[in-house]
Amino acid sequence: MPAVQETVDRVRQIDVDQYRYGFETLIESEKAPKGLDEDTVRFISAKKDEPAWMLEWRLEAFRRWQTMAEPTWARVDYPKIDYQDLYYYAAPKQTKALASLDEVDPEILRTYEKLGISLREQEILAGVVRPDGEGAPEERRVAVDAVFDSVSVATTFQAELKKAGVIFMPISHAIREHPELVQKYLGSVVPTSDNFFATLNSAVFSDGSFVYVPPGVRCPMELSTYFRINEKNTGQFERTLIIADKGAYVSYLEGCTAPQRDENQLHAAVVELIAHDDAEIKYSTVQNWYPGNSEGQGGIYNFVTKRGDCRGRNSKISWTQVETGSAITWKYPSCILRGDNSRGEFYSIAISNGYQQVDSGTKMIHLGKNTTSRVISKGIAAGKSQNTYRGLISAHRKATGARNFTACDSLLIGDKCGAHTVPYVEAKNSSALFEHEATTSKISEDVLFYCVQRGLSQEEAVGLVVNGFVKDVLQQLPMEFAVEAQKLISISLEGSVG
Amino acid sequence: MSALLEVNNLKVRVEDREILHGLTLTVNKGQVHAIMGPNGSGKSTLSHVIAGKPGYEVTDGEILFEGDDLLAMEPDERAAKGVFLAFQYPVEIPGVATMNFLRTALNAQRKARGEAEMSTPDFLKKVREVCTRLNIPQDMLKRGVNVGFSGGEKKRNEVLQMALFEPSLCILDEMDSGLDIDALRIAADGVNALRTPDRGFVVITHYQRLLNYIVPDVVHVMSHGRVVKSGGKELALELEESGYAQFEDKAA
Repeated sequence: MPAVQETVDRVRQIDVDQYRYGFETLIESEKAPKGLDEDTVRFISAKKDEPAWMLEWRLEAFRRWQTMAEPTWARVDYPKIDYQDLYYYAAPKQTKALASLDEVDPEILRTYEKLGISLREQEILAGVVRPDGEGAPEERRVAVDAVFDSVSVATTFQAELKKAGVIFMPISHAIREHPELVQKYLGSVVPTSDNFFATLNSAVFSDGSFVYVPPGVRCPMELSTYFRINEKNTGQFERTLIIADKGAYVSYLEGCTAPQRDENQLHAAVVELIAHDDAEIKYSTVQNWYPGNSEGQGGIYNFVTKRGDCRGRNSKISWTQVETGSAITWKYPSCILRGDNSRGEFYSIAISNGYQQVDSGTKMIHLGKNTTSRVISKGIAAGKSQNTYRGLISAHRKATGARNFTACDSLLIGDKCGAHTVPYVEAKNSSALFEHEATTSKISEDVLFYCVQRGLSQEEAVGLVVNGFVKDVLQQLPMEFAVEAQKLISISLEGSVG
Repeated sequence: MSALLEVNNLKVRVEDREILHGLTLTVNKGQVHAIMGPNGSGKSTLSHVIAGKPGYEVTDGEILFEGDDLLAMEPDERAAKGVFLAFQYPVEIPGVATMNFLRTALNAQRKARGEAEMSTPDFLKKVREVCTRLNIPQDMLKRGVNVGFSGGEKKRNEVLQMALFEPSLCILDEMDSGLDIDALRIAADGVNALRTPDRGFVVITHYQRLLNYIVPDVVHVMSHGRVVKSGGKELALELEESGYAQFEDKAA
C-alpha cells in the first residue's frame, strides 16, 4: 500500500488527540449566572471590587457589542455560538484575599504541578542553567502568574520584581493599585470598539496579567502566565496589558491548556503591548488548548486579539507563537509601527491535525518613517485540518522607507488537509519595499523513506523533518520554551503518518 | 562462505504491472556483486524492495538476510539489522543539520538493536575519524542534510553514512550517476576502504566505468525483471563491447 494511502487510513483510525492535559480539577467554584446582560457585567465588576470608571468602561463596551455582528470572513466553519448559553465568570471558591501562596487551594497547585508549572518559588529557583555558558552558571528564573478559569491564583517573585521597579500582577489588582497606569493604557491599542470578540472581552474580561517596566529597566527575569480553563461551559476572557517605558526591555511567555470536553469552550482574549522610545517587548506563546477529539467534537474556540503598539522611536515588538491546540484558531498578533525606526516581528508555527481549523497571521501597519518588519510563518497541516495564513502589510502615505520581508511556508502531511495563504499588501508611498515569499510543500515519501532507511521510525522521521521545517521560528523562542515547543510539535503530529 | 543475502524467485508488482518476474540472487559475505542492465530492467526496483520502500507488492518469492525473513521487517528494522541503501538521488532535508541527522539515525539503530545510545564525545570522535578517512571537510556536517550539496558531496555523504553505521549489506544504486571522474574516484575509494570479509556489496550500475574502481567478484546482467547472465568481472567488459541488445532478445 502506498504510504500516502496508509497515512490517510491511519489518520482516520487513530484518535488524533494525543492531548496530555485533558484532566479536570474538582474544586468548588463560584459562577455568575448563565448568560450575558448588563447585570452580568455589573456582577463581574463587583466581584472584582472595581472602581466606577472601570464598570462604566465595561458597560460601554457591552452596549457597543450588542450592536455588532460576529465576523465571518475567516476561513473557519463552526456552529453558531449561543452567547446566552455560557458562563462568563467562574472562580475557585474562596472567601478572603490570599496573603501568600500557602493559601492557594492545594488542588489548584496540584493542577499546575501536573502541567509542569511550579508556582513555588523555591522550585523555580532551582531552575534551568543558562545554556550559553557565559561565565559562571547563572540561574534562569521565570516569574509566573497563573490564571485558573477567570481568576489569577498566584503571582510569583513579586518582591524581587518590585525591587527592580517592575510591576507584574493580575490586572484585577492593577486596576485597584495602579489605576492611573491602567486608565492611561487600557484600550489604547485595542479600543473597546475594535472587533466583535475584543469588544466582548472588554465587557466581561475577568483577569489576566499586567506588566509595567519603568524607563531604562531591563526586566531581570522572564515573565510568564499560564492560562487554564477548567469549568464547563465557561468562556475565558483574559486581558493582558504590557507596557515597556522608555528604554525598557521585557520578555513575556504565555502558555495555555484546558481539560478534554465534548462541548466547545469559548476563549476570547485581548493582549495589548505598548513600547515607548527605545523599548523592546518580546512576547512568546505556546498555545496548547484542547483541540477536540478525532471526530472533531469539542475543543476550544480561540478568538484572540493581540496587538502591539511601537509607540516610541526605535522601539521593537516581537511576537513568537507556537499554535498547536484549539478546534478553531482566529488570531492575528499585529504591530502598529508608529514610532520612527520602529521594528515589528512575527514568528509563527501553526500546526493543525484532526479537524482543527487555523486562520492566523499578522498585521504590520507601517506609520512611522524607516520602519521595518519581518514575518516568518510556518504552517503545518495534517489529518483533515485547514490551515490558513492571513496577513496584512501596509505602509501609510508618510511611512517613507518602510521595509517588510515576509516568508510564508506551508507543509502538508497527507492529502485530506489544506493550507492556504492570503496575503494583503498595501503600499501607499513609493519608497516602501515589501517582499513576500511563499512556498507550499508536502513531506515527500522519498524524504520519509530516506530517513527510515537510515533507521528512524516513521514518526521520528516526521518529527525530524517538521522540526527542520520550523527551525527558523523555534530559534526565536526562549531556550526553555523551545525545548517544550519541540516536544509539543512531535506530540501534536503523533499518528499523522502511517 | 556464508550467505548474507538470498533472493529466491522474487516477483514484484507496482500497481498492475509486474516488474520482477522471479529473480534469484545470492550474495555471500565479503563479496561485491555488480548488477548491470538497461533502463527499466528492474535494477532499482530490486534495491528498493530489499530496503523496504513502500509502493511495491511482493507477490511471490522471499528475501533472506543472514537467514531472517527480510520482507517481514519494517524498513527501519532492516536498517538496524545492517541493510544500507546508498541512494541514486539522496534527498535534501532543510533545517536538519547533517550532524544531527547522523546522530539521530545512529542512535535510532543502536536503540533498535538494544544497544546504549552513543555519548556525544564518542560520537564526535567517531565522526571525526570517519571524515578524516574519507577526506570529508567537517564543515559539510553543519549544513542541512544534502541542502545545496553538489552531486559529488551528496554521494560522499552517502559513503560517510555507510562508514558510520557499519552495515553488513551495502546496496549502491547507480552511485556513478551525475558524478565526474574525480568525484567518482573519491566515492569509490571510500567504498573500497569499507570492503571487509564480513560485509557484502550490491553495486547497481549501467556502465562498466564504475567497476574499474570498485572491482566486483560477480557480475549479473538483468533484463526484463530477471537475472539473465552471471559471470566474473570480465563479463562487465564484454558488455561494454557488445551492449545489452543480445539479452533483450533472449528475454523477449
